[in-house]
Amino acid sequence: MSITESQVVPAGTWTADKVHSSVAFAVKYMAGTFQGSFSDFDAELRDGQLRGSAKVASIQVKDPNLEAHVQAPDFFDAERHPELSFTSKDIRGEGQELKIDGEITIKGHTEPVEISGVLSEPINDPFGGERLGLKLEATIDRTVFGVSWNNPLPSGEPALSNEVTLLADLQLSKQA
Amino acid sequence: MQILGISGSLRRESHNTKLLRAVGELLEQRGVEFTIYDSLKSVPAYDEDDDGQLAPAAAEHLRRAVREADGLFFATPEYNSSIPGQLKNAVDWVSRPYANGAIRNKTVAVVGASAGMFGAVWAQAELRKVLAAAGARVVEGEVALGHADTRFDEQGRLTDAEIVDQLDALADALIGELEPSRGQLAA
Repeated sequence: MSITESQVVPAGTWTADKVHSSVAFAVKYMAGTFQGSFSDFDAELRDGQLRGSAKVASIQVKDPNLEAHVQAPDFFDAERHPELSFTSKDIRGEGQELKIDGEITIKGHTEPVEISGVLSEPINDPFGGERLGLKLEATIDRTVFGVSWNNPLPSGEPALSNEVTLLADLQLSKQA
Repeated sequence: MQILGISGSLRRESHNTKLLRAVGELLEQRGVEFTIYDSLKSVPAYDEDDDGQLAPAAAEHLRRAVREADGLFFATPEYNSSIPGQLKNAVDWVSRPYANGAIRNKTVAVVGASAGMFGAVWAQAELRKVLAAAGARVVEGEVALGHADTRFDEQGRLTDAEIVDQLDALADALIGELEPSRGQLAA
């Protein structure tokens, strides 16, 4: 039985404290896992609905040439699709564990996605406000969104996995 | 709208240059300004030591031509199952500096001609790969003109109606890709 949204997440409007939050991705590449993050993003939990977005131009990886490549048309195509976004449709869960159904838009393609989440109880912060933590993880097939770049290994196997893990570790502050 | 044609073959009677002229006619029928780049041969070998403020004039000339074009049409022959070295060298010049290279986000289409039966299909695939890696927006679609030495009349006009139809479709695809991006830029 699913529990209604208002019972699962606290009421009101909560917005991401961007300094103390992160939005990142991880994908298998050759023998390991390649990770990157977005420095410019927004997230908001409002009246039981979660929305988020991230700017493609703000992708941070450890090499400037690679940073430029992931923004090119054969990756995220930042010129035409400058933003990734997410909107929740249904938030279910018990206690801290959440299952969030929603839609994610990457490179102009909108697809359903299921996100696993962990929600922490709101606390009073030292600045007179209230904040809560929300950790999110989802796995998507990047090729469904048209992000299809690859190169073969000597074995003929593709170097880059199609499966990408999206990770968000958010601190959300309650808005007055 | 301005489209720049680049032929990977340098010789005067190049089938690929003739193929580009056929493309040019189709583009001009659509009101597009089309020019074939005629100075590819003078572009020196890419050397990072020569790049920067004082890059060779021939390389800067190429970069400026690519930057000023809205889109590009490439025609490539096939040398040893791949693209000619001078064409690859040209793409290398226009891809640097990488985040801001002249070819970056440019919409490009690729066709090819060969005297053999396959119409440079391997070279076309390689060129698409190279252009995408260089940051271009590569239009889907291939036109492979095989037996190219028998497909043009004495005036250098393409005599194969099927190939003309395929070029027509690719020209439409290129323009179709360009128009929304122009709209977005204006918005």
